[in-house]
Amino acid sequence: MSGTSTLPGAIRAGGTADPAAMTGRIREHIVNMCASPEGGHLGGSMSLVEVLATLYFRIMRIDPRDPGSPDRDMLLLSKGHAGIALYATLCEAGFFPEELLTDYARPGSAFMAHPHAEVPGVEMPSGSLGHGLALGVGVALAARLDGSDRRCFVVMGDGELQEGSVWEAASVAAGHGLENLTAVIDRNRLQITGATEYVGNLEPLADRWRAFGWHVREADGHDVAALTEALAAPPEPGRPTLIIAHTVKGKGLPFIEGQARSHYAKLGDRQHRRALSTLRAAQEGERR
Amino acid sequence: MTATTLKTRSSREVYRDVLVELMPDDERLVCLDSDTGLFGGVDFGEASDRYLNLGIAEHTLMGAAAGLAKEGRMPVVNTMAAFASTRALEAVKVDIALNNLPVRIAATHSGVSGGHLGPTHHSLEDLAVMRNLPNMTVVVPADATTTDELFRQALTLPGPVYFRLGRNATPDLPEGPPVRLGQAQILREGGGSADVTLAACGPYPVLAALDAADLLERDGIAASVIHVHTVKPLDTATLATAAGATGVVVTVEEHWRAGGFGAAVAESLSEILPVRVCRVAMPDAFVPVAGGQKYLLERGGITPQAVAARARAALGRTRRSR
Repeated sequence: MSGTSTLPGAIRAGGTADPAAMTGRIREHIVNMCASPEGGHLGGSMSLVEVLATLYFRIMRIDPRDPGSPDRDMLLLSKGHAGIALYATLCEAGFFPEELLTDYARPGSAFMAHPHAEVPGVEMPSGSLGHGLALGVGVALAARLDGSDRRCFVVMGDGELQEGSVWEAASVAAGHGLENLTAVIDRNRLQITGATEYVGNLEPLADRWRAFGWHVREADGHDVAALTEALAAPPEPGRPTLIIAHTVKGKGLPFIEGQARSHYAKLGDRQHRRALSTLRAAQEGERR
Repeated sequence: MTATTLKTRSSREVYRDVLVELMPDDERLVCLDSDTGLFGGVDFGEASDRYLNLGIAEHTLMGAAAGLAKEGRMPVVNTMAAFASTRALEAVKVDIALNNLPVRIAATHSGVSGGHLGPTHHSLEDLAVMRNLPNMTVVVPADATTTDELFRQALTLPGPVYFRLGRNATPDLPEGPPVRLGQAQILREGGGSADVTLAACGPYPVLAALDAADLLERDGIAASVIHVHTVKPLDTATLATAAGATGVVVTVEEHWRAGGFGAAVAESLSEILPVRVCRVAMPDAFVPVAGGQKYLLERGGITPQAVAARARAALGRTRRSR
């Protein structure tokens, strides 16, 4: 596989890794954290793997050796409950050694279910839904004031869109023409109590964002090439960009895929082994 | 009455003018507005790109301020105290305070200074709310001079600041010692012979305390008056020194009794001194009538007479018994 991005302006973190090659490792980390005594947010983390891998390994201008660089791109994980997906990705991107992941949810550890800024690579804490887009508005305004071309990416869940603050910030972002702001929705169509359309009626989702003044793209959220294309394409002048990443909750583990109960899981030994062997078999299959 | 002159500018206007003065020379400063109307016709000059009106969107106002501060700016957000402390509270807590970011919250129309605008526009809970947030500094200027000086000083702090401002002009305080953020200002020395300590926060409460001291003096009761403009961190040392000498503190504030300035004083002093703290504060009720700030405060019992009466009662004396 090619380790070199050919996309204009794309500088990858984490050395020579190809996003598609990293997803298996990231999923194994997620499963391992869900097998810890506290368990973890499994389904919505597995659905987000390709989105985060594409951002960190292909799109974002970010260097784990210089994580505070003023010209870095910024990712805000507004769906903070996918913290373990972020930890796994940051680890593979080289922000911290793999051993630290075993600290997840241990008493006294900074690796909580929702990300805290003490974890290397985490820019801002999150967890309460509906906060990320407003933060992104500020980050994007700052970049504009600085005359910098740095970008801000806000990753939201689809259930999260039921929070009114998302639409408040969406309106402000479009009103201020923040074309350096890109929001990604992990459209896995499930939330704790069931289908998003059953609980909160999000459709017609793309039209709603267009009506708010955003440029909308849609992509298969498990297809790195499609995500790369959507994330790397230049913005439409004067408009923030929304990418609806169509995903599957629990992706990678067929026995929980598409099930709302995968939202939070505490995997026992047998389930843990089964999950890891499933993931490894899939990776073997891809290599062949 | 204490000799005072009525300024024509409110604390929010004084603060605004200081901000507009400072912005061209301090590129960190970004003025974030929420359609308050406070900046109509204001010329920001070469800093005009750093005035951003985000519209009527207080959550986004706070979140965007956090994002700007994360990227090295020092945003000054403008909204009413009621909206800053309740509507946008979670964004203040999670996005600003948790990140310990240098956002300045200019909270206008505080207390009942919104007057006839009604209880939706009053904030009698904001001190309780804001002083409970870790990292937050809480400042309550009491006139034009303290507003000017405290705002400039607040800009030097590394973390977030809640700056509590009023809607309309209030009388100037008498000249006192230099205004220093974090230090209570002794406006009237009781000396070693003071009988009671009056500690006050906010424009009319401080004036009420000064007038109450005059009333008490006529009864032969010596009262020291301490103006506490920084509610958090509280200048416990100055308060404890005064309270240790008198044993009785009467607090005065434009806030509900629960959790406000008086509560902060009581919490702090009760852990270190055997001292009685009596709170003159707004009763536990919304204020559902029209009226100016002074009228509504008097209706709520924030008067020199009430402060003096609480002091006398706490000292076990009445005017008649002397």
